[in-house]
Amino acid sequence: MIKLENITKEFQTKSETILGVDNVSLTVEKGEIFGIVGYSGAGKSTLLRCINLLERPTSGSVKVDGMDLLKLSSKDLRKARQSIGMIFQGFHLVASKTVFENVAFALKAAGVEKTVITKRVEELLELVGLKDRINQYPAQLSGGQKQRVSIARALANNPKVLLCDEATSALDPNTTKSILSLLKRINKELGLTIVIITHEMEVVKEICHRCAVMQDGRVVEEGTTYTIFSNPREPLTRTFIQTVLNFDLPPKLLASVQGKLLKLQFRGDTATEAVVSDMLQSVTVSGNILHGKVEYIQDIPLGIFIMELKGENQEIAKAIDYLRERVSKVEVIEHE
Amino acid sequence: MNSVIEILPELNQAFFETLLMVGISLLVALLLGLPLGILLYVTDRGLFLENKWIKRVVGIVINLIRSVPFIILLVFLLPFTQLLLNTTIGPLAASVSLSVAAIPFYARIVESAAREIDKGVIEAAVAVGASPWMIIKSIILPEAKPGLITGLTITAISLIGYSAMAGTIGGGGIGDLAIRYGYYRYDNTVMFTTVILLIVLVQFVQYLGDFIAKTTNKR
Repeated sequence: MIKLENITKEFQTKSETILGVDNVSLTVEKGEIFGIVGYSGAGKSTLLRCINLLERPTSGSVKVDGMDLLKLSSKDLRKARQSIGMIFQGFHLVASKTVFENVAFALKAAGVEKTVITKRVEELLELVGLKDRINQYPAQLSGGQKQRVSIARALANNPKVLLCDEATSALDPNTTKSILSLLKRINKELGLTIVIITHEMEVVKEICHRCAVMQDGRVVEEGTTYTIFSNPREPLTRTFIQTVLNFDLPPKLLASVQGKLLKLQFRGDTATEAVVSDMLQSVTVSGNILHGKVEYIQDIPLGIFIMELKGENQEIAKAIDYLRERVSKVEVIEHE
Repeated sequence: MNSVIEILPELNQAFFETLLMVGISLLVALLLGLPLGILLYVTDRGLFLENKWIKRVVGIVINLIRSVPFIILLVFLLPFTQLLLNTTIGPLAASVSLSVAAIPFYARIVESAAREIDKGVIEAAVAVGASPWMIIKSIILPEAKPGLITGLTITAISLIGYSAMAGTIGGGGIGDLAIRYGYYRYDNTVMFTTVILLIVLVQFVQYLGDFIAKTTNKR
Protein backbone atom coordinates (compact mmCIF):
# COMPACT_ATOMS: atom_id res chain seq x y z
CA MET A 1 0.00 0.00 0.00
CA ILE A 2 2.82 2.39 0.92
CA LYS A 3 6.20 2.02 -0.68
CA LEU A 4 9.01 4.34 0.30
CA GLU A 5 12.23 3.94 -1.62
CA ASN A 6 15.55 5.52 -0.67
CA ILE A 7 13.92 8.51 0.99
CA THR A 8 16.38 11.20 1.95
CA LYS A 9 15.35 14.55 3.38
CA GLU A 10 17.80 17.35 3.97
CA PHE A 11 17.07 20.57 5.78
CA GLN A 12 18.99 23.64 4.76
CA THR A 13 19.89 26.10 7.46
CA LYS A 14 22.05 29.18 6.98
CA SER A 15 25.25 27.48 8.01
CA GLU A 16 24.75 23.77 7.35
CA THR A 17 22.70 20.99 5.86
CA ILE A 18 20.91 18.75 8.34
CA LEU A 19 20.03 15.23 7.33
CA GLY A 20 16.52 14.55 8.64
CA VAL A 21 15.94 11.22 6.95
CA ASP A 22 18.84 9.21 5.58
CA ASN A 23 18.11 6.81 2.74
CA VAL A 24 15.12 4.98 4.20
CA SER A 25 13.15 2.33 2.34
CA LEU A 26 9.98 0.91 3.87
CA THR A 27 6.99 -1.04 2.67
CA VAL A 28 3.68 -1.05 4.49
CA GLU A 29 1.20 -3.70 3.43
CA LYS A 30 -2.50 -3.14 2.89
CA GLY A 31 -4.57 -3.43 6.07
CA GLU A 32 -1.52 -3.34 8.30
CA ILE A 33 -0.86 -1.21 11.37
CA PHE A 34 2.75 -0.19 11.11
CA GLY A 35 4.63 1.57 13.90
CA ILE A 36 7.70 3.76 13.65
CA VAL A 37 9.46 4.33 16.97
CA GLY A 38 12.38 6.49 17.92
CA TYR A 39 13.40 9.32 20.19
CA SER A 40 12.53 12.86 19.19
CA GLY A 41 14.86 14.04 16.48
CA ALA A 42 15.24 10.56 15.02
CA GLY A 43 13.48 11.66 11.85
CA LYS A 44 10.33 9.60 12.27
CA SER A 45 7.99 12.56 12.00
CA THR A 46 9.75 13.83 8.89
CA LEU A 47 9.54 10.37 7.35
CA LEU A 48 5.80 10.17 8.09
CA ARG A 49 5.23 13.60 6.56
CA CYS A 50 7.00 12.43 3.44
CA ILE A 51 4.21 9.90 2.89
CA ASN A 52 1.65 12.60 2.08
CA LEU A 53 4.31 15.05 0.91
CA LEU A 54 3.71 17.58 3.66
CA GLU A 55 7.46 17.32 3.50
CA ARG A 56 8.93 16.80 0.04
CA PRO A 57 11.85 14.37 0.18
CA THR A 58 15.12 15.60 -1.27
CA SER A 59 15.42 12.32 -3.13
CA GLY A 60 13.69 8.96 -3.33
CA SER A 61 10.23 7.84 -4.36
CA VAL A 62 6.90 7.73 -2.53
CA LYS A 63 4.23 5.38 -3.78
CA VAL A 64 0.83 5.16 -2.10
CA ASP A 65 -1.71 2.75 -3.51
CA GLY A 66 0.35 2.40 -6.67
CA MET A 67 0.53 6.16 -7.29
CA ASP A 68 3.88 7.86 -7.55
CA LEU A 69 3.07 10.96 -5.49
CA LEU A 70 6.16 12.92 -6.46
CA LYS A 71 5.11 12.83 -10.09
CA LEU A 72 1.61 14.24 -9.53
CA SER A 73 0.52 17.78 -10.41
CA SER A 74 -0.57 19.90 -7.46
CA LYS A 75 -4.22 19.30 -8.33
CA ASP A 76 -3.79 15.53 -8.52
CA LEU A 77 -1.76 15.59 -5.33
CA ARG A 78 -4.65 17.29 -3.55
CA LYS A 79 -6.90 14.54 -4.81
CA ALA A 80 -4.47 11.86 -3.66
CA ARG A 81 -4.21 13.48 -0.23
CA GLN A 82 -7.96 13.05 0.19
CA SER A 83 -7.34 9.31 0.36
CA ILE A 84 -4.54 9.70 2.92
CA GLY A 85 -5.95 10.79 6.26
CA MET A 86 -3.71 12.27 8.93
CA ILE A 87 -4.02 12.97 12.63
CA PHE A 88 -1.62 14.94 14.80
CA GLN A 89 -0.35 15.16 18.35
CA GLY A 90 -1.83 18.65 18.70
CA PHE A 91 -5.14 17.69 17.02
CA HIS A 92 -5.01 20.82 14.82
CA LEU A 93 -8.73 21.53 14.84
CA VAL A 94 -10.04 24.88 13.65
CA ALA A 95 -10.94 26.72 16.86
CA SER A 96 -13.48 28.98 15.19
CA LYS A 97 -15.46 26.05 13.75
CA THR A 98 -17.82 23.65 15.48
CA VAL A 99 -17.21 19.91 15.55
CA PHE A 100 -19.61 19.57 12.62
CA GLU A 101 -17.86 22.28 10.58
CA ASN A 102 -14.43 20.84 11.30
CA VAL A 103 -15.38 17.45 9.89
CA ALA A 104 -17.44 18.98 7.09
CA PHE A 105 -14.41 20.98 5.95
CA ALA A 106 -12.63 17.84 4.77
CA LEU A 107 -15.70 16.86 2.74
CA LYS A 108 -16.08 20.35 1.31
CA ALA A 109 -12.43 20.26 0.31
CA ALA A 110 -13.19 17.12 -1.68
CA GLY A 111 -16.15 18.77 -3.36
CA VAL A 112 -18.83 16.62 -1.74
CA GLU A 113 -22.40 17.89 -2.12
CA LYS A 114 -23.97 19.76 0.77
CA THR A 115 -26.84 17.35 1.35
CA VAL A 116 -24.45 14.41 1.47
CA ILE A 117 -22.10 16.23 3.86
CA THR A 118 -24.64 16.49 6.70
CA LYS A 119 -25.38 12.79 6.58
CA ARG A 120 -21.76 11.76 6.27
CA VAL A 121 -20.61 13.98 9.18
CA GLU A 122 -23.26 12.44 11.43
CA GLU A 123 -22.15 8.98 10.36
CA LEU A 124 -18.50 9.78 11.14
CA LEU A 125 -19.28 11.30 14.53
CA GLU A 126 -21.33 8.22 15.33
CA LEU A 127 -18.31 6.08 14.46
CA VAL A 128 -16.00 7.99 16.81
CA GLY A 129 -18.69 8.27 19.50
CA LEU A 130 -19.15 12.04 19.53
CA LYS A 131 -22.56 12.54 17.99
CA ASP A 132 -23.84 14.50 20.99
CA ARG A 133 -21.04 17.07 20.62
CA ILE A 134 -21.80 17.99 17.05
CA ASN A 135 -22.46 21.69 17.69
CA GLN A 136 -19.73 22.34 20.24
CA TYR A 137 -16.47 24.16 19.67
CA PRO A 138 -13.09 22.46 20.13
CA ALA A 139 -12.38 24.56 23.22
CA GLN A 140 -15.30 22.81 24.94
CA LEU A 141 -13.85 19.32 24.35
CA SER A 142 -11.31 17.22 26.23
CA GLY A 143 -8.08 16.07 24.58
CA GLY A 144 -9.43 12.63 23.79
CA GLN A 145 -12.59 14.08 22.29
CA LYS A 146 -10.57 16.49 20.16
CA GLN A 147 -8.53 13.58 18.84
CA ARG A 148 -11.77 11.76 18.02
CA VAL A 149 -12.95 14.74 16.02
CA SER A 150 -9.68 14.83 14.14
CA ILE A 151 -10.00 11.11 13.45
CA ALA A 152 -13.50 11.73 12.06
CA ARG A 153 -12.07 14.51 9.89
CA ALA A 154 -9.24 12.27 8.68
CA LEU A 155 -11.69 9.49 7.79
CA ALA A 156 -14.19 11.78 6.08
CA ASN A 157 -13.25 10.98 2.49
CA ASN A 158 -12.88 7.22 2.99
CA PRO A 159 -9.10 7.20 2.90
CA LYS A 160 -7.09 4.05 2.33
CA VAL A 161 -4.30 5.14 4.62
CA LEU A 162 -4.28 6.88 8.00
CA LEU A 163 -1.09 8.57 9.19
CA CYS A 164 -0.80 9.18 12.93
CA ASP A 165 1.81 11.70 14.04
CA GLU A 166 2.31 11.06 17.78
CA ALA A 167 -1.47 10.92 17.99
CA THR A 168 -1.62 9.77 21.60
CA SER A 169 1.43 11.51 23.05
CA ALA A 170 -0.59 14.40 24.44
CA LEU A 171 -3.18 12.16 26.07
CA ASP A 172 -3.36 10.47 29.47
CA PRO A 173 -2.97 6.66 29.63
CA ASN A 174 -6.69 5.90 29.78
CA THR A 175 -7.55 8.18 26.88
CA THR A 176 -4.60 6.75 24.96
CA LYS A 177 -6.07 3.28 25.41
CA SER A 178 -9.49 4.32 24.16
CA ILE A 179 -8.03 6.12 21.12
CA LEU A 180 -5.87 3.08 20.34
CA SER A 181 -8.84 0.73 20.52
CA LEU A 182 -10.74 3.08 18.20
CA LEU A 183 -7.84 2.96 15.73
CA LYS A 184 -7.74 -0.82 16.05
CA ARG A 185 -11.46 -1.01 15.37
CA ILE A 186 -11.34 1.16 12.25
CA ASN A 187 -8.37 -0.86 11.04
CA LYS A 188 -10.46 -4.00 11.29
CA GLU A 189 -13.83 -2.64 10.19
CA LEU A 190 -12.68 -0.43 7.35
CA GLY A 191 -9.56 -2.37 6.38
CA LEU A 192 -7.61 0.85 6.77
CA THR A 193 -3.81 0.81 6.54
CA ILE A 194 -2.41 2.76 9.51
CA VAL A 195 1.05 4.16 10.05
CA ILE A 196 1.78 5.33 13.58
CA ILE A 197 4.81 7.15 14.82
CA THR A 198 5.40 7.23 18.53
CA HIS A 199 8.03 7.16 21.23
CA GLU A 200 5.82 5.02 23.45
CA MET A 201 6.49 1.31 23.14
CA GLU A 202 3.13 0.69 24.85
CA VAL A 203 1.42 1.99 21.73
CA VAL A 204 3.38 -0.36 19.50
CA LYS A 205 2.71 -3.29 21.80
CA GLU A 206 -0.98 -2.50 21.87
CA ILE A 207 -1.79 -2.19 18.19
CA CYS A 208 1.09 -2.46 15.72
CA HIS A 209 1.48 -5.57 13.59
CA ARG A 210 4.93 -4.56 12.49
CA CYS A 211 7.27 -1.80 13.43
CA ALA A 212 10.52 -0.08 12.61
CA VAL A 213 12.98 1.57 14.97
CA MET A 214 14.60 4.80 13.84
CA GLN A 215 17.78 6.50 14.95
CA ASP A 216 19.61 9.45 13.38
CA GLY A 217 17.39 9.42 10.32
CA ARG A 218 17.87 5.72 9.59
CA VAL A 219 15.80 2.63 10.21
CA VAL A 220 18.00 0.48 12.45
CA GLU A 221 15.64 -2.42 12.97
CA GLU A 222 12.39 -3.61 11.46
CA GLY A 223 10.18 -6.63 12.03
CA THR A 224 6.93 -7.96 13.43
CA THR A 225 6.13 -6.46 16.79
CA TYR A 226 6.45 -9.86 18.45
CA THR A 227 9.96 -10.46 17.13
CA ILE A 228 11.01 -6.95 18.03
CA PHE A 229 9.85 -7.55 21.59
CA SER A 230 11.05 -11.11 21.98
CA ASN A 231 14.28 -10.84 20.06
CA PRO A 232 15.59 -7.30 19.78
CA ARG A 233 18.93 -7.02 18.03
CA GLU A 234 19.90 -3.37 18.37
CA PRO A 235 20.81 -1.77 21.71
CA LEU A 236 18.38 1.07 21.00
CA THR A 237 15.54 -1.40 20.43
CA ARG A 238 16.40 -3.02 23.74
CA THR A 239 16.20 0.25 25.61
CA PHE A 240 12.85 0.87 24.01
CA ILE A 241 11.33 -2.46 24.90
CA GLN A 242 12.67 -2.14 28.43
CA THR A 243 10.14 0.64 28.94
CA VAL A 244 7.48 -2.05 28.63
CA LEU A 245 9.30 -5.17 29.81
CA ASN A 246 11.11 -3.78 32.79
CA PHE A 247 12.85 -6.46 34.86
CA ASP A 248 15.12 -4.54 37.14
CA LEU A 249 15.28 -6.29 40.48
CA PRO A 250 15.33 -4.17 43.62
CA PRO A 251 18.96 -3.80 44.84
CA LYS A 252 18.09 -5.24 48.23
CA LEU A 253 16.82 -8.43 46.66
CA LEU A 254 19.77 -8.60 44.29
CA ALA A 255 22.18 -8.38 47.23
CA SER A 256 20.57 -11.36 48.92
CA VAL A 257 20.95 -13.61 45.85
CA GLN A 258 23.53 -16.36 46.43
CA GLY A 259 23.09 -18.65 43.44
CA LYS A 260 22.99 -17.99 39.74
CA LEU A 261 20.45 -15.62 38.28
CA LEU A 262 18.70 -16.65 35.08
CA LYS A 263 16.37 -14.75 32.84
CA LEU A 264 14.03 -17.07 30.98
CA GLN A 265 11.93 -16.01 28.07
CA PHE A 266 9.03 -18.15 26.91
CA ARG A 267 7.30 -18.05 23.58
CA GLY A 268 3.60 -17.79 23.73
CA ASP A 269 2.62 -21.44 23.65
CA THR A 270 5.12 -23.02 26.04
CA ALA A 271 3.75 -24.13 29.39
CA THR A 272 6.09 -22.30 31.68
CA GLU A 273 5.45 -24.00 34.99
CA ALA A 274 5.79 -27.48 33.51
CA VAL A 275 9.22 -26.77 32.03
CA VAL A 276 10.51 -25.30 35.26
CA SER A 277 9.18 -28.06 37.50
CA ASP A 278 10.47 -30.78 35.14
CA MET A 279 13.89 -29.17 35.22
CA LEU A 280 13.91 -29.04 39.00
CA GLN A 281 13.09 -32.73 39.14
CA SER A 282 15.74 -33.85 36.66
CA VAL A 283 18.69 -32.03 38.20
CA THR A 284 19.64 -31.50 41.79
CA VAL A 285 19.33 -27.76 42.14
CA SER A 286 16.87 -25.66 44.00
CA GLY A 287 15.12 -22.88 42.13
CA ASN A 288 13.37 -19.80 43.23
CA ILE A 289 11.38 -17.50 40.95
CA LEU A 290 12.09 -13.86 41.86
CA HIS A 291 10.18 -12.04 39.20
CA GLY A 292 7.81 -12.93 36.41
CA LYS A 293 5.55 -11.30 33.92
CA VAL A 294 3.49 -12.31 30.93
CA GLU A 295 2.93 -9.56 28.38
CA TYR A 296 0.45 -9.96 25.57
CA ILE A 297 1.92 -8.61 22.38
CA GLN A 298 -0.59 -8.61 19.56
CA ASP A 299 -2.53 -11.13 21.67
CA ILE A 300 0.40 -13.56 21.76
CA PRO A 301 1.74 -14.04 25.27
CA LEU A 302 5.42 -13.37 25.92
CA GLY A 303 6.53 -14.66 29.31
CA ILE A 304 9.66 -13.52 31.08
CA PHE A 305 10.82 -14.95 34.42
CA ILE A 306 13.83 -14.30 36.56
CA MET A 307 14.89 -17.20 38.77
CA GLU A 308 17.69 -18.00 41.13
CA LEU A 309 19.34 -21.43 40.94
CA LYS A 310 21.28 -22.83 43.85
CA GLY A 311 23.40 -25.97 43.86
CA GLU A 312 26.64 -27.47 42.51
CA ASN A 313 28.11 -25.59 39.55
CA GLN A 314 27.98 -28.75 37.45
CA GLU A 315 24.30 -29.27 38.20
CA ILE A 316 23.50 -25.64 37.45
CA ALA A 317 25.22 -25.97 34.07
CA LYS A 318 23.08 -29.04 33.39
CA ALA A 319 19.97 -27.13 34.40
CA ILE A 320 20.82 -24.30 32.03
CA ASP A 321 21.36 -26.76 29.19
CA TYR A 322 18.04 -28.39 29.98
CA LEU A 323 16.29 -25.03 29.87
CA ARG A 324 18.08 -23.89 26.70
CA GLU A 325 16.54 -26.82 24.85
CA ARG A 326 13.01 -25.99 25.90
CA VAL A 327 12.86 -22.26 26.45
CA SER A 328 13.24 -19.72 23.66
CA LYS A 329 15.85 -17.66 25.45
CA VAL A 330 17.96 -18.17 28.57
CA GLU A 331 20.23 -15.45 29.80
CA VAL A 332 22.56 -15.61 32.78
CA ILE A 333 22.42 -12.32 34.63
CA GLU A 334 25.72 -11.23 36.13
CA HIS A 335 25.50 -9.78 39.60
CA GLU A 336 27.74 -8.95 42.52
CA MET B 1 -18.24 79.84 24.04
CA ASN B 2 -19.75 82.06 21.43
CA SER B 3 -17.19 81.08 18.89
CA VAL B 4 -18.13 77.42 19.27
CA ILE B 5 -21.81 78.09 18.65
CA GLU B 6 -20.78 80.20 15.72
CA ILE B 7 -18.85 77.42 14.07
CA LEU B 8 -21.34 74.70 14.96
CA PRO B 9 -22.55 74.22 11.38
CA GLU B 10 -18.95 74.05 10.21
CA LEU B 11 -18.08 71.65 12.99
CA ASN B 12 -20.92 69.43 11.92
CA GLN B 13 -19.76 69.44 8.33
CA ALA B 14 -16.15 68.83 9.38
CA PHE B 15 -17.20 65.84 11.44
CA PHE B 16 -18.90 64.21 8.48
CA GLU B 17 -15.97 65.04 6.22
CA THR B 18 -13.68 63.21 8.63
CA LEU B 19 -16.04 60.26 8.73
CA LEU B 20 -16.14 60.24 4.92
CA MET B 21 -12.35 60.34 4.54
CA VAL B 22 -11.75 57.68 7.17
CA GLY B 23 -14.62 55.55 5.87
CA ILE B 24 -13.47 55.56 2.25
CA SER B 25 -9.84 54.86 3.05
CA LEU B 26 -10.80 52.17 5.56
CA LEU B 27 -12.92 50.48 2.91
CA VAL B 28 -10.08 50.63 0.39
CA ALA B 29 -7.67 49.26 3.02
CA LEU B 30 -10.04 46.37 3.60
CA LEU B 31 -10.55 45.66 -0.11
CA LEU B 32 -6.88 45.89 -1.12
CA GLY B 33 -4.89 45.63 2.10
CA LEU B 34 -6.56 42.42 3.22
CA PRO B 35 -5.74 40.43 0.05
CA LEU B 36 -2.21 41.86 0.03
CA GLY B 37 -1.67 40.87 3.65
CA ILE B 38 -2.97 37.37 2.98
CA LEU B 39 -0.72 37.16 -0.08
CA LEU B 40 2.27 38.14 2.08
CA TYR B 41 1.35 35.40 4.52
CA VAL B 42 0.65 32.48 2.21
CA THR B 43 3.77 33.07 0.11
CA ASP B 44 5.89 32.88 3.24
CA ARG B 45 8.41 30.10 3.75
CA GLY B 46 6.88 26.74 4.59
CA LEU B 47 3.35 27.76 3.61
CA PHE B 48 1.25 26.28 0.86
CA LEU B 49 1.90 29.02 -1.73
CA GLU B 50 5.51 29.60 -0.80
CA ASN B 51 7.04 32.01 -3.31
CA LYS B 52 10.18 33.90 -2.46
CA TRP B 53 9.87 36.42 -5.29
CA ILE B 54 6.27 37.49 -4.81
CA LYS B 55 6.87 37.77 -1.08
CA ARG B 56 9.96 39.90 -1.63
CA VAL B 57 8.52 42.24 -4.26
CA VAL B 58 5.25 42.86 -2.40
CA GLY B 59 7.18 43.30 0.84
CA ILE B 60 9.50 45.90 -0.68
CA VAL B 61 6.67 47.92 -2.23
CA ILE B 62 4.82 47.95 1.09
CA ASN B 63 7.91 49.04 3.00
CA LEU B 64 8.57 51.76 0.44
CA ILE B 65 5.16 53.33 0.95
CA ARG B 66 5.30 52.88 4.70
CA SER B 67 8.66 54.55 5.05
CA VAL B 68 7.47 57.81 3.48
CA PRO B 69 6.16 60.17 6.20
CA PHE B 70 2.46 60.74 5.60
CA ILE B 71 2.77 64.50 5.19
CA ILE B 72 5.31 63.93 2.39
CA LEU B 73 3.15 61.22 0.85
CA LEU B 74 0.28 63.72 0.74
CA VAL B 75 2.27 66.18 -1.31
CA PHE B 76 3.90 63.50 -3.41
CA LEU B 77 0.52 62.07 -4.40
CA LEU B 78 -1.04 65.40 -5.40
CA PRO B 79 -0.41 64.88 -9.16
CA PHE B 80 -1.87 61.38 -8.92
CA THR B 81 -4.96 62.71 -7.10
CA GLN B 82 -5.32 65.46 -9.70
CA LEU B 83 -5.18 62.84 -12.45
CA LEU B 84 -7.67 60.60 -10.71
CA LEU B 85 -10.27 63.11 -9.48
CA ASN B 86 -9.39 66.27 -11.39
CA THR B 87 -9.00 68.11 -8.09
CA THR B 88 -6.74 68.05 -5.04
CA ILE B 89 -9.13 69.81 -2.68
CA GLY B 90 -11.79 68.34 -0.45
CA PRO B 91 -12.32 65.17 1.58
CA LEU B 92 -12.62 62.96 -1.49
CA ALA B 93 -9.21 64.07 -2.75
CA ALA B 94 -7.73 63.54 0.70
CA SER B 95 -9.13 60.00 0.68
CA VAL B 96 -6.75 59.08 -2.14
CA SER B 97 -3.57 59.61 -0.18
CA LEU B 98 -5.18 58.29 3.00
CA SER B 99 -6.05 55.09 1.13
CA VAL B 100 -2.56 54.73 -0.27
CA ALA B 101 -1.19 54.98 3.26
CA ALA B 102 -3.84 52.70 4.74
CA ILE B 103 -3.38 49.79 2.30
CA PRO B 104 0.18 48.80 3.31
CA PHE B 105 -0.54 49.64 6.95
CA TYR B 106 -3.44 47.23 7.09
CA ALA B 107 -1.67 44.64 4.92
CA ARG B 108 1.11 44.31 7.51
CA ILE B 109 -1.44 43.99 10.30
CA VAL B 110 -3.29 41.29 8.34
CA GLU B 111 -0.03 39.44 7.79
CA SER B 112 0.85 39.44 11.47
CA ALA B 113 -2.71 38.46 12.46
CA ALA B 114 -2.48 35.48 10.08
CA ARG B 115 0.87 34.50 11.54
CA GLU B 116 -0.85 34.02 14.89
CA ILE B 117 -2.79 31.08 13.48
CA ASP B 118 -1.48 27.70 14.56
CA LYS B 119 0.48 26.45 11.55
CA GLY B 120 -0.65 22.94 12.33
CA VAL B 121 -4.26 23.86 11.61
CA ILE B 122 -3.27 25.00 8.13
CA GLU B 123 -1.16 21.89 7.70
CA ALA B 124 -4.14 19.72 8.62
CA ALA B 125 -6.13 21.49 5.92
CA VAL B 126 -3.36 20.87 3.38
CA ALA B 127 -3.32 17.23 4.46
CA VAL B 128 -7.03 16.74 3.70
CA GLY B 129 -6.35 18.00 0.18
CA ALA B 130 -8.02 21.42 0.41
CA SER B 131 -7.27 23.95 -2.33
CA PRO B 132 -5.39 27.17 -1.48
CA TRP B 133 -8.55 29.22 -1.95
CA MET B 134 -10.50 26.94 0.40
CA ILE B 135 -7.79 27.19 3.03
CA ILE B 136 -7.77 30.98 2.82
CA LYS B 137 -11.56 31.27 2.84
CA SER B 138 -12.46 28.62 5.39
CA ILE B 139 -9.42 28.46 7.66
CA ILE B 140 -7.21 31.54 7.56
CA LEU B 141 -9.92 34.24 7.42
CA PRO B 142 -12.18 32.82 10.14
CA GLU B 143 -9.24 31.92 12.38
CA ALA B 144 -7.65 35.36 12.01
CA LYS B 145 -10.96 37.23 12.26
CA PRO B 146 -10.52 38.70 15.78
CA GLY B 147 -7.04 39.91 14.80
CA LEU B 148 -8.33 41.29 11.50
CA ILE B 149 -11.03 43.28 13.27
CA THR B 150 -8.64 44.58 15.93
CA GLY B 151 -6.32 45.56 13.08
CA LEU B 152 -9.10 47.41 11.34
CA THR B 153 -9.73 49.35 14.55
CA ILE B 154 -6.06 50.30 14.77
CA THR B 155 -6.08 51.36 11.13
CA ALA B 156 -9.24 53.45 11.61
CA ILE B 157 -7.76 55.29 14.58
CA SER B 158 -4.51 55.95 12.74
CA LEU B 159 -6.53 57.24 9.81
CA ILE B 160 -8.38 59.67 12.07
CA GLY B 161 -4.98 61.05 13.03
CA TYR B 162 -3.76 61.12 9.43
CA SER B 163 -6.96 62.81 8.30
CA ALA B 164 -6.05 65.82 10.40
CA MET B 165 -2.82 66.11 8.44
CA ALA B 166 -4.74 65.72 5.20
CA GLY B 167 -6.85 68.63 6.41
CA THR B 168 -3.88 70.97 6.37
CA ILE B 169 -3.54 70.74 2.61
CA GLY B 170 -7.21 71.34 1.99
CA GLY B 171 -8.78 68.02 2.79
CA GLY B 172 -11.33 69.39 5.20
CA GLY B 173 -12.48 67.54 8.30
CA ILE B 174 -12.07 68.12 12.02
CA GLY B 175 -8.31 68.46 11.86
CA ASP B 176 -8.59 71.16 9.26
CA LEU B 177 -11.04 73.03 11.48
CA ALA B 178 -8.77 72.77 14.49
CA ILE B 179 -5.86 74.19 12.54
CA ARG B 180 -7.80 77.00 10.90
CA TYR B 181 -9.68 78.25 13.94
CA GLY B 182 -7.66 76.93 16.81
CA TYR B 183 -4.12 77.39 15.55
CA TYR B 184 -4.19 80.23 13.06
CA ARG B 185 -6.74 82.32 15.01
CA TYR B 186 -5.53 81.36 18.50
CA ASP B 187 -9.08 80.29 19.45
CA ASN B 188 -8.51 77.81 22.25
CA THR B 189 -12.19 77.01 22.76
CA VAL B 190 -12.51 75.72 19.23
CA MET B 191 -9.24 73.87 19.63
CA PHE B 192 -10.47 72.08 22.77
CA THR B 193 -13.86 71.34 21.27
CA THR B 194 -12.31 69.65 18.25
CA VAL B 195 -9.87 67.73 20.40
CA ILE B 196 -12.70 66.49 22.61
CA LEU B 197 -14.66 65.53 19.52
CA LEU B 198 -11.67 63.55 18.24
CA ILE B 199 -11.22 61.83 21.61
CA VAL B 200 -14.87 60.80 21.64
CA LEU B 201 -14.62 59.53 18.08
CA VAL B 202 -11.48 57.50 18.79
CA GLN B 203 -12.96 56.05 21.97
CA PHE B 204 -16.10 55.08 20.13
CA VAL B 205 -14.19 53.38 17.30
CA GLN B 206 -12.02 51.52 19.80
CA TYR B 207 -15.03 50.38 21.79
CA LEU B 208 -16.89 49.25 18.68
CA GLY B 209 -13.85 47.37 17.38
CA ASP B 210 -13.23 45.61 20.69
CA PHE B 211 -16.87 44.65 20.94
CA ILE B 212 -17.01 43.11 17.46
CA ALA B 213 -13.68 41.33 17.94
CA LYS B 214 -14.92 39.87 21.21
CA THR B 215 -18.19 38.56 19.84
CA THR B 216 -16.46 36.85 16.90
CA ASN B 217 -13.86 35.13 19.06
CA LYS B 218 -14.81 31.47 19.56
CA ARG B 219 -11.65 30.30 21.29
